[in-house]
Amino acid sequence: MNPAFLALVTIVGGVAACVSYFYAANLILDKFLFPPDGPNAGRNINRANLIRPWLFLFPALFVLTLYLAYPVIETIRLSLTDRSQDGAFVGLDNYTQMMSEPKFWEAMRNNMLWLIVVPALSTAIGLLAAQLTDRIKWGNIAKAIIFMPMAISFVGAAVIWKLVYDARPPDAEQIGILNALYIWFTSDEPQQWLTIPFWNNFFLMTVLIWIETGFAMVILSAALRGIPEETIEAAIIDGANPFEIFFKIKVPQIMGTILVVWTTITIKVLKVFDIVFAMTNGQWETQVLANYMFDKFFRANDWNVGSASAMVIMLLVMPILVWNVFNARKEMR
Amino acid sequence: MDNIAGSKSSLTWAVHISVVVLVLLWLFPTLGLLVSSFRTADQIYSSGWWGSIFTQESQNPAIRISGEETRDGPLYVNEGDLFPQTDAIVSAWGTSSRAPQAHVPGDTVQLKDDWQLTLDATGKYRLTSPTSFQGTRLPRIFTTATAPPEFTLENYETMLFSPTNSENMVKAFFNTLTVTIPATIIPILVAAFAAYALAWMRFPGRALLIAFIVALLVVPLQLALIPLLKLHLNIGIGKGYVGVWLAHTGFGMPLAIYLLRNYMVGLPKDIIENARVDGATEFQIFMRIILPLSFPALAAFAIFQFLWVWNDLLVGLVFLIDSTGETTIMTRQIIELLGTRGGNWEILATAAFVSIAVPLIVFFTLQKYLVRGLLAGSVK
Repeated sequence: MNPAFLALVTIVGGVAACVSYFYAANLILDKFLFPPDGPNAGRNINRANLIRPWLFLFPALFVLTLYLAYPVIETIRLSLTDRSQDGAFVGLDNYTQMMSEPKFWEAMRNNMLWLIVVPALSTAIGLLAAQLTDRIKWGNIAKAIIFMPMAISFVGAAVIWKLVYDARPPDAEQIGILNALYIWFTSDEPQQWLTIPFWNNFFLMTVLIWIETGFAMVILSAALRGIPEETIEAAIIDGANPFEIFFKIKVPQIMGTILVVWTTITIKVLKVFDIVFAMTNGQWETQVLANYMFDKFFRANDWNVGSASAMVIMLLVMPILVWNVFNARKEMR
Repeated sequence: MDNIAGSKSSLTWAVHISVVVLVLLWLFPTLGLLVSSFRTADQIYSSGWWGSIFTQESQNPAIRISGEETRDGPLYVNEGDLFPQTDAIVSAWGTSSRAPQAHVPGDTVQLKDDWQLTLDATGKYRLTSPTSFQGTRLPRIFTTATAPPEFTLENYETMLFSPTNSENMVKAFFNTLTVTIPATIIPILVAAFAAYALAWMRFPGRALLIAFIVALLVVPLQLALIPLLKLHLNIGIGKGYVGVWLAHTGFGMPLAIYLLRNYMVGLPKDIIENARVDGATEFQIFMRIILPLSFPALAAFAIFQFLWVWNDLLVGLVFLIDSTGETTIMTRQIIELLGTRGGNWEILATAAFVSIAVPLIVFFTLQKYLVRGLLAGSVK
């Protein structure tokens, strides 16, 4: 079957199936199981209202359980068993094996670097951009441009930045802007930026910072606008200069939002895969956990160690998960 | 704010300049690739893209004289134009790589065997000799010339319309579209019903369910790859469109429910209570009141999911693309090109822009909804 036709059938069929499920389920509930009339009308209405939420929730919960909750459990199981021994329980062997690999520790070190640098710089530059663009007339255009990378895929961004980092032989004209500038300023030889161990990590991080700054800016800009004006006016009357107003009045008031932005970007960093996969594929000491895991799963075909490394990512996400749940519950009260 | 206090800040200029710098920094990388996709391979390698916007002077690769000779009295003559297609203006020229700028336009140069060569500023040359050129190698001409900016759609023609090009992006483009549309529409409806239940129905366990969804928001989808691939292979879906649609539906679901619930909770209570009093069923309330009122949130999620699925590489790699490569998507195609055509920037730039174009259009036309959505659910 032609894929486009299949897609069309899926859209129409999927939507129709959804609507008819909800319609039919409600109909059966109201007309046949617990009709709201007759001698037991009151009791029936109560019962129907007890069941109805679950009718509405069922498809979504089914998908969530199957596609997110079950895999977590299954990954834990895989990380504790050995596929080559018919799935026998091997305790923490996979983790021990993983930890004996230098590539894993390289990925851990790089991930820690990413975790520190990317959220910090994205949030800081985003905050700066939000504060600056809010004060000028063409701020909205500036915002749109800084926000634009958000729409670009990681793979697209990787191509864009590979051109920036491109290096040509010393006697040729440089077409990568970084090398052109570097030679212009230092008259040195052109550098293969992505192959210089340790520093190349920062060139990869630049790509993600470039993407995430717009996100931070948009959220923080909204938070800055939400600050009550009286507090700022009072500070101006008291003779505070713009820097004091920014750091001592504005930033403390939006600290909650800054934290949310920071953690959101942290989660994206932990999942970062495409950028490294497309630009260096973990060569030249740029491995990160997500790419290490992909390597284990689909190149080494080692599901068990792969699952162990996936669990490491899960563990790193865990504190943020708990914090988010805690906050969500607090908000609901 | 500073104006209120009566003193216009002296920092205004600093602010303007800083924003200009930021904007340029953010724009330059993309602009570079965009400009490059409109240049020929020769142009890309002979100068940086930043120079191509202006008229610029550059040293051109050597051009060997070719063409038929004619007779002019006792002399054999070979005449022609070095730049038949462009309006380049020659500022210096030479006949050896050691001295490529030895002469100015209009000079007549004595070469071996009494050959005489002259070149004018527009690139017209005239080579004369008392004997025939036949069987001898004609000289090369090195030129330094200023050329006006010049762009071409040639790259897009090769990448989109050339039927012989095996790296054609058209198939991958339509595959990506085939993946994206159902994977954007299906989760919305499923999530909307669930969000309504979580927002407006009272039942035991509701708070726990919301916590469960918030938790799933941050579960890295990397964990799901192998277990789900195993599941798909076991139940017979295998690798293909159905699998990738299901996977994207599942992975997008927590954000969809979370966003929509947050929005629906804020809808005015009176409308819903009145409808209930008037005897509307929950299904009617949902279809007639909640769904139309939630349009901004539905649009926001649709944009998110569209961008996410369109730009995705990992889920496509794992659940869709099989060994035949028939179902390749654009991100995957670009990765392949990065491997095989790492140095061919005219191909890479064009391929990347074909894939970036659609999200950028969506982004700029629907930015309003995107920002609203971000503000409503900035967790994912």
